[in-house]
Amino acid sequence: MNTKDGMKENNFEVIRPGINTTYQDFGRKNLYHIGVPFSGAMDNRNYLISNKLVNNKMNSAVIEFAYQGPMLKFNGESTIFAITGDVNFNIKRKKNSILEKGNSYQTYNLKNGDEIDILSTNRSVYGYLAISGNIDVKLFGNSCSTNTKAKIGSNDGEKIKKGDKIFFSNLSNKTQIKKLNYINTKIEQIRVIRGTNYNYFSKESKNIFFRNEFNVTKLTDRMGMRLEGNKIKNIVDTNIKSEGLIKGTIQIPADGNPIIMLSDHGTIGGYPKIGVVISADYDKLVQIVPGSKIKFKEVSLSDAEKLYKFYNLETQNILNQIS
Amino acid sequence: MIKNITNLGDAALYCDFGQEVNRATNLNVINFFNNLRDKNFSEITNISPSYNKLIISFDLNLTNFEKIKKKILNLELKKLNNKINKNVKIPVCCNEKYSIDSKRLETKLKISFEKILENFFSKDYFCYMTGFIAGMPFLGDINQEIRLNRLETPRVKVPKGSIGITEQFCNIYTFESPGGWNIIGNTPVNIFNKENSKNPALINPGDKVNFYKISIDEYKGWNERK
Repeated sequence: MNTKDGMKENNFEVIRPGINTTYQDFGRKNLYHIGVPFSGAMDNRNYLISNKLVNNKMNSAVIEFAYQGPMLKFNGESTIFAITGDVNFNIKRKKNSILEKGNSYQTYNLKNGDEIDILSTNRSVYGYLAISGNIDVKLFGNSCSTNTKAKIGSNDGEKIKKGDKIFFSNLSNKTQIKKLNYINTKIEQIRVIRGTNYNYFSKESKNIFFRNEFNVTKLTDRMGMRLEGNKIKNIVDTNIKSEGLIKGTIQIPADGNPIIMLSDHGTIGGYPKIGVVISADYDKLVQIVPGSKIKFKEVSLSDAEKLYKFYNLETQNILNQIS
Repeated sequence: MIKNITNLGDAALYCDFGQEVNRATNLNVINFFNNLRDKNFSEITNISPSYNKLIISFDLNLTNFEKIKKKILNLELKKLNNKINKNVKIPVCCNEKYSIDSKRLETKLKISFEKILENFFSKDYFCYMTGFIAGMPFLGDINQEIRLNRLETPRVKVPKGSIGITEQFCNIYTFESPGGWNIIGNTPVNIFNKENSKNPALINPGDKVNFYKISIDEYKGWNERK
């Protein structure tokens, strides 16, 4: 397709969509009361790094993928891109058909006809692809975040499909090639503050919750993470009057298996809340793959606040390393 | 008013307005919610009103639990309800094609479906809260005679537009969704309209809803008529 000035329209052609490829940004605020969750990039730190590497504004839209990512063919003027997360990907150059192995946290130039093949995330879930320029997205509630449940955000609330075209504007290849030395660390324990229904559970069950391991099951997606392990026994009531939820809330339904609410969660729920994951650990929580084991550790509110300050400072330091 | 404030995690306030689910308690929640919306505090990222609770999420980069709690406790409340809340009329088709739980309701309640509908359409309902899925209103209270528990096994897919009843409440499935409420009919009206970016949810907490019956022909022609 050509525009009227004869310039090629800049786009990605989706050759393979990947498993769960969506447009994401910071997410949308102040819509919980009408049932619309926060959404946004699951791993906020990696989202921020991807935009910083390609010199974009920090709230720019990026392409988020999970497990197997997309295969994309680039048509247009040359630009720069970067991928963040633990990601295996190749770049196939049109010029010489050579397959170049890509590294996360490094920028690459992209010329007309080049292809990016995002093979997989490596022992993690989410990765991010940022392009130097703007992805043409549709906003809802000031966010492009694709919410497949409410069918809102970019791409009419649908995942990216085979044959879709992802259009860009204001592409830039002016930024120099950058490289960041960064390793995603994993955490052994997810830190949690006691929930508002903590005392609904038996003493043994409270001990189980903070001492035993839980398996992350396959029923885990952008909405929630379902766990399995020793059953958590409720001694008061297996239901509460339906009330609001926030991301990171750990609910225990009648079957005794914890469910952690993630970014696209239902906004109202009626299961007792045993705990809430602290803000500092959320980015790492969402990267835990099904089949792994996790353990919870109790922290106080004041410790959680300090840990978040520290985590935030660490993120800022990483971003500052990218000049 | 607020009986107790605790923290829900490190980035939300959990405000308890009392144990009972009734209009008086819920009106307090909604009044507080409307006042907070009116103030538009930049550090507040979300406010979730429900039957008897109000959850206030905040940006941990800008504030913390103690600071925002103080702000909430010192909030001067204005009476805003009358200006903000509205009456909404919702057409419902109860043709057997849409009233998928009519037989179950007849058997369990031992009342004819016709009488159940007569009862259902006889009064206005009040929106206690909106959510779970985008735009889904939780309305009440339905009369004692037609109250019934949820299905023993929830449906994997409840059709979009379904009107469900359970216990003292009724709701509208704004999108196809899993669910266990007893379905009595379906509305052709789009309750959550994403094109209306200012106010995508047709029914908001505190609104009054009046359901009225339409025929299957009216139902089918509904969206062409406009």
